[in-house]
Amino acid sequence: MSVQAWTFVFVLSTFALYLFVAWRARVRDTHGFYVAGRGVPAIANGMATAADWMSAASFLSMAGLISSIGYAGGVYLMGWTGGFVLLALLLAPYLRKFGHFTVPDFVGDRFESKVARLVALVCALFISFTYVAGQMRGVGIVFARFLEVDVTVGIVIGMALVFVYATLGGMKGITWTQVAQYWVLISAFVIPVIAISMRLTGAAVPQIGMGSDLQSTGEALLKTLDDLNRELGFASYTTPFEASGWDKVNVLCTALALMVGTAGLPHVIVRFYTVKNVQAARWSGFWALFFIALLYLTAPAAAAFARYYVIHSLDGKTAQELPGWYETWSRTGLIVWLDDGDGKLEYRGPEKASENELFRIGTLSATDFADIRAQHQRWLDSGGELGVDGRDKLTTSKLAGPDLDILVLAMPEMAELAAWIIALIAAGGLAAALSTASGLLLVISSSVAHDLYYRMLRPQASEAERLKLSRTAIGVAVVIAGVVGIYPPGFVAQVVAFAFGLAASSFFPVLVLGVFSRRIGAVPAVAGMVAGIAFTGSYILGTVYFGVPRWCFGIRPEGIGAVGMLVNFGVAFALMPFCKGASEAAQALVDSVREPEEE
Amino acid sequence: MHPPEVQAALAEAGRRHWRRNVVFSVVLLCLWAAVGLGCGVLFADALDEYSLGGFPLGFWFAQQGSILVFVVLILVYALGMAVLDRVHRRERRQIVDANGQTPEAGR
Repeated sequence: MSVQAWTFVFVLSTFALYLFVAWRARVRDTHGFYVAGRGVPAIANGMATAADWMSAASFLSMAGLISSIGYAGGVYLMGWTGGFVLLALLLAPYLRKFGHFTVPDFVGDRFESKVARLVALVCALFISFTYVAGQMRGVGIVFARFLEVDVTVGIVIGMALVFVYATLGGMKGITWTQVAQYWVLISAFVIPVIAISMRLTGAAVPQIGMGSDLQSTGEALLKTLDDLNRELGFASYTTPFEASGWDKVNVLCTALALMVGTAGLPHVIVRFYTVKNVQAARWSGFWALFFIALLYLTAPAAAAFARYYVIHSLDGKTAQELPGWYETWSRTGLIVWLDDGDGKLEYRGPEKASENELFRIGTLSATDFADIRAQHQRWLDSGGELGVDGRDKLTTSKLAGPDLDILVLAMPEMAELAAWIIALIAAGGLAAALSTASGLLLVISSSVAHDLYYRMLRPQASEAERLKLSRTAIGVAVVIAGVVGIYPPGFVAQVVAFAFGLAASSFFPVLVLGVFSRRIGAVPAVAGMVAGIAFTGSYILGTVYFGVPRWCFGIRPEGIGAVGMLVNFGVAFALMPFCKGASEAAQALVDSVREPEEE
Repeated sequence: MHPPEVQAALAEAGRRHWRRNVVFSVVLLCLWAAVGLGCGVLFADALDEYSLGGFPLGFWFAQQGSILVFVVLILVYALGMAVLDRVHRRERRQIVDANGQTPEAGR
């Protein structure tokens, strides 16, 4: 069977599985719809949280990103796992004890303020929409690359699937499909990496293989990478703070911002509402990070292997010697070679940028690139008299080097694995994107139907009415997310930094203060949130879109959420002595949240 | 409803439990910061002098070690809090039982 036939088999059978699971878990009340009836066992909730959390970006892009920046890739590894420690220790058990449906619920009730509820609601909606658009895009890309279906058609198929299982089963349906999706995505990721590790180093455990010697040369893999990277004009692979833009301040701030942002993401927090009691919330925090760590400990090994494999199989090769996967992916424009005339491919880093011959099409249109390629061919044929050297153009457009997603997509082919494993990667990528998308859509739906409609506009709304509105809200949100996925605004990548910065500078501080301070009232809390959002938002908008220099210690926009969090805490603490404290009722709420349950 | 002096004793027990909870969490968070931000970032360059199974140590902490430690920290937290909760429930029971032996409690 061909790769494509296998891919169809895998994708269709996993889709059928998700629909079957959702049908079995369909619900009839808001309690089931928002929090799965609070009957999810801790270990299943851990798996669902892991699938919820690991998005298309974790699955497809992270290993490639680590591969390109080496040590600094640890920022994403530490940031996206370290946040779970904060979540499990500082928020999850207390929010579970509080026991309503959403994050704005806690903020609104704890601070007894409609304004606080509204600010939290707007943040939750903004964070979720930003994120979900990227997921739908991811679904479309996987379809396009593996099944040669148009991106738009792929997105529409993904939308239809999520629509059916999210409206049918709500949180309960989503939870159990996420459990299934976890297994699809983790096996799709880990199996090829084990195979590559055995081929390159002989070690079956990739985490050990990464530190072992290469079978071909007997040299240590990491040392070889350091040497190759230096020789080709890249920063050393393992040495910290060498890659450009990743000095100590930036590594520290970005790691911290991602950690704190992770702990403040509403779609992850609400997962802890679905378990039976506080102790189960603590255990599901452990299981969530355990299942996430299986992928996050494997990704850096995948990155190192892929780095070696890409350099080794491409650099210095002639057209005939290039591997089969190069052919496959060069057709999609993820990797292209513009020769300098000697017939040998040369892959070089930023320090030898003028000699580099390996690029990607990136955001260029197909016709623009065809033009560049034709001019380049003329330039070659005429010996530099006519035409234009396309390499300069691509280098100045920041398109040097292959697309980072290619490393995971091409992994099974690099290891020369059987066709069905390649197909498994497609199913895994879809599982990662769909599971995250459905979790986010539920947050959007509950924010609109529960927080906005029921808690703020129409408290007398009946159960049936609320359930119907929740289902409608998911439907509308799916369509909006799909449309944004089909017509992505050019800034999707930076917008994710925005989502994390916002979560770090708004939700995390306000939730921690709400639990750990009995005295704090509405004014300092809301002022802190607004100050944190204003600072972080203006810094990101300014540096990314308006060309303002990075005036705050040169911190990159991804890392500014760490400072935004401090601003939020600072403002809240400064105002506390001058403002009205929490009421008796709010203090009683805090006490009840802190008190463990009776057995 | 318990009589006021029992209520006060229970509230005091609640505060004790909360203090133990906070101290325990803060200790774990210090480890979290020391490993993730300390070994993985702040001292990564210094730790790279040493090596561990083929990895420079700072690099290993940034890409492997910190994640392993994070998982263990949450495990210890879940186990430790189960113990603290049990201690707290016992304290509560003792307060209520002690009160049950006084003649008023039967009213």
